[in-house]
Amino acid sequence: MKFTKTVFATAALSLFAGLALAEEMTIVSWGGAYSKSQLKAYHEPYTANTGVTIINDESAGTAVPKLRAMNEAGNLTWDVVDVEAGPAMQLCDEGLAMEIDHDFMLADAPDGTLASVDFGDFIVSDCFIPQIVYSYTVGYRNDMVGSTPPTSICALFDTETYPGKRSLKKGALSNMEWALLCDGVAKADIYPMLETAAGQDQALAKLDTIKDDVIWWSAGADTPQLLADGEVVMGSTFNGRLFALIEEQNQPVSMLWDGQIYDLDGWIIPTGLSPERQARALHYVRFATDTKRLADQSKWISYGPTRASSALLVDKHAELGIDMAPHMPTDPANSTNTFLMNYAFWADYKDDIESKFQAWLAK
Amino acid sequence: MSYTDDNGPMMTMDGKPLKRSLAIALRRQKVRALLLISPLLIFVLFTFLFPIASMLFRSVENDIVSEILPETVVALYSWDAESGELPDEIVYSAFAGDLQLAAKAKDHTRVGLRLNYEKSGMASLFKKTARQAKKWDLKADTSFKAKLIETHKGWADIAVWQTLKTHSSRYTTGYFLNSIDMRKTVSGPEFQPEDRQILVTLFKRTLIISLVITMSCILLSYPVAWLLANLPMRQANLLMILVLLPFWTSLLVRTSAWKVMLQQQGVINDLLVALGMIEETGRLALINNQLGTVIAMTHILLPFMILPMYSVMQSIPPTYLRAAKSLGATNWTAFWRIYFPQSVPGIGAGSILVFILSIGYYITPEIVGGNKGVFISNRIAYHIFQSMNWGLAAALGTILLVAVLILYWAYDKIVGIDNVKLGG
Repeated sequence: MKFTKTVFATAALSLFAGLALAEEMTIVSWGGAYSKSQLKAYHEPYTANTGVTIINDESAGTAVPKLRAMNEAGNLTWDVVDVEAGPAMQLCDEGLAMEIDHDFMLADAPDGTLASVDFGDFIVSDCFIPQIVYSYTVGYRNDMVGSTPPTSICALFDTETYPGKRSLKKGALSNMEWALLCDGVAKADIYPMLETAAGQDQALAKLDTIKDDVIWWSAGADTPQLLADGEVVMGSTFNGRLFALIEEQNQPVSMLWDGQIYDLDGWIIPTGLSPERQARALHYVRFATDTKRLADQSKWISYGPTRASSALLVDKHAELGIDMAPHMPTDPANSTNTFLMNYAFWADYKDDIESKFQAWLAK
Repeated sequence: MSYTDDNGPMMTMDGKPLKRSLAIALRRQKVRALLLISPLLIFVLFTFLFPIASMLFRSVENDIVSEILPETVVALYSWDAESGELPDEIVYSAFAGDLQLAAKAKDHTRVGLRLNYEKSGMASLFKKTARQAKKWDLKADTSFKAKLIETHKGWADIAVWQTLKTHSSRYTTGYFLNSIDMRKTVSGPEFQPEDRQILVTLFKRTLIISLVITMSCILLSYPVAWLLANLPMRQANLLMILVLLPFWTSLLVRTSAWKVMLQQQGVINDLLVALGMIEETGRLALINNQLGTVIAMTHILLPFMILPMYSVMQSIPPTYLRAAKSLGATNWTAFWRIYFPQSVPGIGAGSILVFILSIGYYITPEIVGGNKGVFISNRIAYHIFQSMNWGLAAALGTILLVAVLILYWAYDKIVGIDNVKLGG
C-alpha cells in the first residue's frame, strides 16, 4: 500500500515537474534597470495571467553571434530576444529571425487602429517588433568637470578641458559616428564616409587620440557603475540607465542631450522554434507590446514607447512620481541636436566595421 | 600422473598448454578491468576528446565557399588569378546563379562573413549584392559582368575575386597563417597589413605575463608553504584554511573584489592617499592594465603553487637540516645547500601548474586587464562568441595546445615528470 502510494506520488511529482518545465520561456534582454522595467511591465503580469515562468537571460549584447552559433549547433535555447533595430535587420537577412505579420500577430490599439499603423515607421524590418525608442548618450560627474560642465558630445575627445578616464562601448556602433562627428564631418556625410575604408580609418584615428583614456564597457550597467564610483569623468550609455542613476539613485551625475544617437529596440523571435514554443513566444509578444504594456514600461524607465497610442499614455514614474515625458529621448527639448542611427547601414556594415574596430582595440 | 610430456609444453589439468591458459586468464582480467573503467572512458571520449578533436578540425576545414558557391568555384578554376585581368563572363554568370540561390536560402551572409575574415568589406558586399540578385532573371538576362559591377563596384576589384579563389578550397592552411599574422594570397603566404598584425603580439604578451605571474607566485608561495610545513599542527591548520578559503570562493567573486580594491577610487588608492603616500591627483593606475592582470591572477593562482610546494616540503625530514647545522653549516648554507634542493620538485610542479593554467586564462584578464592586459585566450573567446570565426579560434587553440604539450615535454626532459609531486 505504502509502495503504491510512493509510486503514485513520484509519478504525480514528475508529471508536475514535466509540466512546470514545459511552462518556461527564456527571454533575452539587457539586464539592469532595463530588465527591471520589462519585469515590472511585462513579465510579472504575464506570469500572473498565464503561469508561465520567464527566465531572464542578459546576453542581448551578443545576440547576433549567439544566435548564429545556436543555429550552427542546432540547439536553440532562446524564445524571445530583445535587440536593436540594426541587429534585427541583420538576423532577418540571415533567416535567423522569424518574419512577423504585424497586423495579424500583434494587438490592435484600443481604438481599433491596426498595429502596423500604430507602430508606423518604427517597423523597420519584417522581423522586428518595435518596443522602445532610446538614445546612446553621455553622462558626466558634476564634481569632476570643474565650473564648465560639457555641453557638447565632443567633450568626450577633449581631454584637456576634461581630464580623466571616459567609458565607451566596446564596439564600433556609436563610437565611429561620434568620432567622425567630432572630427568635423557633417552629419549627413558620416554614414557614406563610414562605408569607405578611408572613412573608417579616419574615425579610428580620431579614437586613437583618446584610446589610453578609455575604459571599454560591454554591459549596459558598466558606465553607471563607473560614474557612481567616480572612476570615470564621463561615459556613454543608454539614456534610461543614466535616468536611473540620476533620478532613482541620486548620484551627482548629469546627462548630455547633444549628439545622442537615436535608436530603436524591440523583439525578434528566432526561427526554428518548435510549434508550441513559437506559439507561446507569439502569445507573449502580443501581450507585451499592446498599448497598455508599452505605456506601463515608460513608468519604470525613460524610454519612449513605439506605439502612437501608448505615447499618449506616458505618465508619471511608478515609484518616484515624477513626470516621465521630459526625460524621454523623444521630448522636443531633448532632441534639438540628435543623431539618427542608420539601422540599414549597420545591418550591412556591422561585420566589416566591427572586426576592424576590434582589431584596432586589441593593438 | 604427470602434467608434462617429455618434450611438449607444460599442460594444465584440462589438457591445454599452460602458457595459453595463462594468457586467456590475463586477457579476461584485462577485459574486466576495461569494462570497469569503460563508463569513464566513454564519458571522456564523448564529452572531451571527441568535441576537442572536432573543434580542432575546424582549423583546416573550409567547405563553406565551395558549398554555397559551387558553380563559381568550378568556373574560377580556369581563371588565372595572377593575370591581372578580371574573370570572364562565364565566372560572373555562374556567380550570379549561385548568389541568387544563396540569397533565396539566406545563405549569402555566411559566405560573406567567411570571406570578410580575409578581406574587410566582403560581408557588406555580399549583403548588398544579394538584395539585387534576388530580382534577376537568370535565363533572360545576359552580361552579368556589367550587371554585377553596376550593382556594386566591388565586383570590378580584382582583389575580391582573388580572395574568392584563394579561399575556395575545401581544406585550408589560411587559419593557421592568420594566427601568426600572415595570410594566404594567390602568390603564396604573405604578412598581414600592419593594422591587422595583433596575434603574435598577443602570444608573446601571454607568455611573458604568464612567466611574470609564475615568478611572483613562486616568491610569494615559498615562505607560506615553508610556514605550513614547519609550524605546529594547530597553527598550520589555521593557515591552511586561510590558503584554501579563497580557493573555494568563486573565481568571479574574487576577480570582482580585486576590481573594487584596485580601481582609482578603490580601497588601496584610498588607503595610500589617507596615509599621505600619494597625492589625491596622482592616484595609481592599478587596474585595466597589465599590472591589474598580474596582481589578480597571482592571487587567484597562488593556491596552485602553495599546495604542491607544501606537500613536498612536508616530506623533507627536519633531521637533514639539523644534521647540516651540527656539521657546521650556517643557517643560509643549510637552507640553500640542503633544504632548497629538496624542495625544487614542489616548485617545479607548482610552476608548471600555474604557468599552464595562466596561459589559458580568460575571465580574469577580461575583467581587470583593460586593453593591454588581455591574453590570446581573450582573442579566442572573441572569435568564438562574437566574430564567429571559429576556424581561426580553432587554429589559435591548436597552437596553444601544442605549446603546452611542448612545454610539458621540455619539462619532462629537464626535470623529469617523476620528480613532480602534486600531493602525498
